[in-house]
Amino acid sequence: MKIKGKKRTIIRAVIGLSSFFLIWEMIVRLGIIPRNRMSPFTEVIATFIRKITDPTPDGATIIEHFLTSFSVAFSGFVVAALIGVPLGMMMGYNRYAKAYANTIFEILRPIPPIAWIPIIMLLLGIGTSAKIFIIFVAAVVPAVINSYTGIKRVPEVYINVGKSLGMSHFKIFTKICIPHALPAVFTGLRLSLNTAWVALVAAELLASTKGLGYMIQIGRVLAKPEIIITGMIVIGCSGAVMSGLLGLFEKRFAKWSRK
Amino acid sequence: MSEKAKVSAVGLTKKFDDLLVLDNISFDIAKGEFVCIVGPTGCGKTTFLNILSKIWPATSGELLIDGEKADPKKHNIAFAFQESSAFPWLTVEQNIRFGMEQKNLPKEIINERTEQMLELLELKEARNYFPRQISASMESRVVIGRSFALHPDLLLMDEPYAQLDIEFRYHLEDAVLKLSKMTGSTVIFVTHNIEEAVYLAERCIVLTNKPTTVKTIEKIDLPYPRDICSKEFTDIRDRITDYIKWW
Repeated sequence: MKIKGKKRTIIRAVIGLSSFFLIWEMIVRLGIIPRNRMSPFTEVIATFIRKITDPTPDGATIIEHFLTSFSVAFSGFVVAALIGVPLGMMMGYNRYAKAYANTIFEILRPIPPIAWIPIIMLLLGIGTSAKIFIIFVAAVVPAVINSYTGIKRVPEVYINVGKSLGMSHFKIFTKICIPHALPAVFTGLRLSLNTAWVALVAAELLASTKGLGYMIQIGRVLAKPEIIITGMIVIGCSGAVMSGLLGLFEKRFAKWSRK
Repeated sequence: MSEKAKVSAVGLTKKFDDLLVLDNISFDIAKGEFVCIVGPTGCGKTTFLNILSKIWPATSGELLIDGEKADPKKHNIAFAFQESSAFPWLTVEQNIRFGMEQKNLPKEIINERTEQMLELLELKEARNYFPRQISASMESRVVIGRSFALHPDLLLMDEPYAQLDIEFRYHLEDAVLKLSKMTGSTVIFVTHNIEEAVYLAERCIVLTNKPTTVKTIEKIDLPYPRDICSKEFTDIRDRITDYIKWW
């Protein structure tokens, strides 16, 4: 019964995706959208295959672009997770930590990552560390907020169980609060990962010579929509794959919350 | 405090700012005794338990276990709360082990008592399930198992079956009686259900309205299992109802 349902879901997904690509192809082939503004799906696929080995017109193959972007996006995400998750948890559990960090966090939170670019260029120049910092700034916000919320939502009764057992604050935090908060933490990490890829294009505006964001920019300058869309699709697929990998970690560490 | 007392409350008083909630409550409970606490709605029964469990500090007075100030780090105090308190990220078995692991009991004892609780509470089949995968009645049994597995000096129960229907309640009440005798734990069971109190308790402490004091302590000298239709049972139930009723 379950397998049947799964099969049906896959079939529906394939039909949905095929219809989308077909409509896209038709719209461009029939001239509803001019060829110089949008490439048909098949041309994008051909460009993708060609770009695996061909560095023209943007100076690098798609694999080189991907690896450059991936290392920047992943580094920014990892730093955001390593700082954001413990910070959010501490703010959720300890009122002093919240009092110290919350005001500054609330002021910094609404600043869009792109607004950081000028000051980051002055501080860190235009190298990889500047790009990682922009991604970090974007990705740290959901990590902090979700970890904070995860800890705040631990029902008081669970904490009281710990107290009545004579557990220390540290043990209550590590044995009760953190396990309960894990699903919210993973939700935050998924959002952080998405935000990291979103911020990537902004980060690669910083005088890049390689990377998917740079490739998209070159596609725009050269008016080559197939290059732009190829870059976009690779970003989308990479984000989905990393999100899937994160889902595997979630399944391992917070399987109790999965329906 | 009497010499034989396992647990003694001595002049327990709790104030929230100027509001006096508990007023100089004192009583003794013998080792292994099953005591129920009843009182009018809103009289502060849960506040009383929270102070006994040391979740909240008392404004004045003390709770003594074996003549020493009760300390959850030193004494085995377990609490079965009104709300569901089985940890959702642990399986049935892990939930039962949890309290014992926090008390650093030897692994062999943890294994032995876990098996015993799973057997007695009919949870063996569900040992690897998470709380969201089992019924409310099973979840209540998990909490009871976690509490009794500690063989606590003092087990506090705050209307733990309030959410369950009547059939499951009687089933669980019998299980709790059996476990309290088996582990020799002293149990304080708070309920607003007088019939439940008379069914379970060896003594029943009746509390007054706020500021709460002990109105009377009723000894219930009926053999177990109790017949809820017997005249003796209904007489005691009616007497306690008379103590409580305000109408």
